[in-house]
Amino acid sequence: MTGTILAMIAKLLSGASVRWIDCQPETRQRVYFANHTSHLDALVLWSSLPVEVRRLTRPVAAKDYWGRGRLRRYLASRFNALLIDRRDIKVHQSPVDLMLREIGETYSLIVFPEGHRNTKPQLDEFKSGLYYLCKKRPHLEAVPVHMDNVNRVLPRGEFLPVPLLTCITFGKPILLGEGEPKRDFLARAREAVIQLRET
Amino acid sequence: MHDPISWIFVGGVLAVLTATTLLGQVMNRRAESGLSPAVMATFSRRVWAWWLLMMVLAAALFVPPWVTVTIFFLLSFWALREFITLTPTRMGDHRALFWVFVLFTPAQYVLVGMGGDYYPLYSIVIPVYGFLFVPARVAFSGDPKRFLERTAKIQAGLLVCVYCLSFAPALLDLKIEDFNGDAWTDNSLLLFYFVFMVQIGDALQYAWEKLMGRTVIAPHISPNKTWEGFLGGVGSTALVGGALWWATPFNHWQAALMSLVIAVMGFAGVMCMSAVKRDRGVKDYGTLVVGHSGVLDRLDSLCFAAPVFYHLTKFFFTDFFTKLSQAAIAV
Repeated sequence: MTGTILAMIAKLLSGASVRWIDCQPETRQRVYFANHTSHLDALVLWSSLPVEVRRLTRPVAAKDYWGRGRLRRYLASRFNALLIDRRDIKVHQSPVDLMLREIGETYSLIVFPEGHRNTKPQLDEFKSGLYYLCKKRPHLEAVPVHMDNVNRVLPRGEFLPVPLLTCITFGKPILLGEGEPKRDFLARAREAVIQLRET
Repeated sequence: MHDPISWIFVGGVLAVLTATTLLGQVMNRRAESGLSPAVMATFSRRVWAWWLLMMVLAAALFVPPWVTVTIFFLLSFWALREFITLTPTRMGDHRALFWVFVLFTPAQYVLVGMGGDYYPLYSIVIPVYGFLFVPARVAFSGDPKRFLERTAKIQAGLLVCVYCLSFAPALLDLKIEDFNGDAWTDNSLLLFYFVFMVQIGDALQYAWEKLMGRTVIAPHISPNKTWEGFLGGVGSTALVGGALWWATPFNHWQAALMSLVIAVMGFAGVMCMSAVKRDRGVKDYGTLVVGHSGVLDRLDSLCFAAPVFYHLTKFFFTDFFTKLSQAAIAV
């Protein structure tokens, strides 16, 4: 219930128009990966999914932002966020293992492979987490997502959002090829997001 | 509550709209009519936007004024979103934008909703205080890059999308005297007349353009805005507006002149907003965000015509003019 209201508020606030290009919303297990410019990204992307998909999708969000303070923690629990501590990464408890354990065989995942909020116009190189996710779960479809204008709704270092209009584009899913090298796959994934910006 | 004139007028408008919609349907069926699908798509989009606007305004005849004011607030808010989304701003503008959206925009409509007595406030809050606040807030955030350009863009958005448009619902609380000097109280009908004339102006100008448009006014701004379309559109709008004088506090030549001004201002609005769009390299505010129909694309003419129509009415058809002439005589 609170989740639905939260999604509604996020949609109103971000005025998001959602486009699915060569891709349909489905409840099968997927990993959505998007460019990252704002703390709102996880919430806005999650809200833009249809409700039945949204129920089965967990966005990965930064623990140092969404885990701080009671309100943010509460909101994060409402949109089913998977909080990842970016500073405290242990060898036997890597974020990828944690994510895989949390999603089990049912949930989909939203990740931001740039690993941090990017303020530059071009995308940063992707971190390897996306590759390991796909490698350990070869049946996972990786769906590229481009998020436009969210950085202006809530830029870095601001806490009050401005209700501008955003655009979320879902693209054609990609699969990790057999024996495909990490670098190639990550470059291909990054290219897929960049492509969406231009369509 | 309303006299038969309102009913006849609204009924007539709805009949015209129905006829236009049917015409569109018929032309759609006949693919061989020679019109390109793109033209037809534009046509039916426009007709639907008309329907929506006219239904809302017809409803405005029966609801309390604050409901109409709220609807215009929402339209302004959305138009401003589109305007600012299209305009590149920098991170240093964020706080100024925040106050523009959550303070100035609602405040303007709250003041308008409080009625004509608040005219001295709502006529200056944005052009004076908003005008000064925006650059001040941007300056405090410490980013000098293209400072004047950025503040001017925010100011322009606020003025056009919020300030100017708010004068349409402000018509609801004018104490109007008709051309005989009698009190005229059907303000929601005047608002309806005004919006209808703006739309008629758009439509007639479009029709003239399609029929005889040759001399393009400014090819770099809009390749399909022609002098023929402009003059024909303005002229025929004045005729239509004059013929509908019986629904207004004006007599026939006054109504014709008012409609002429509405058409000219509406055209100016379309040209200015086209210029903004051209500069940003998009054709519609709607295409910028796919799936949205582009509120600002439909409201540009209304934004420019509203303050002028309001003030002409205020100067010549309220006791403002009488007082002014008495004061002049006293001097």
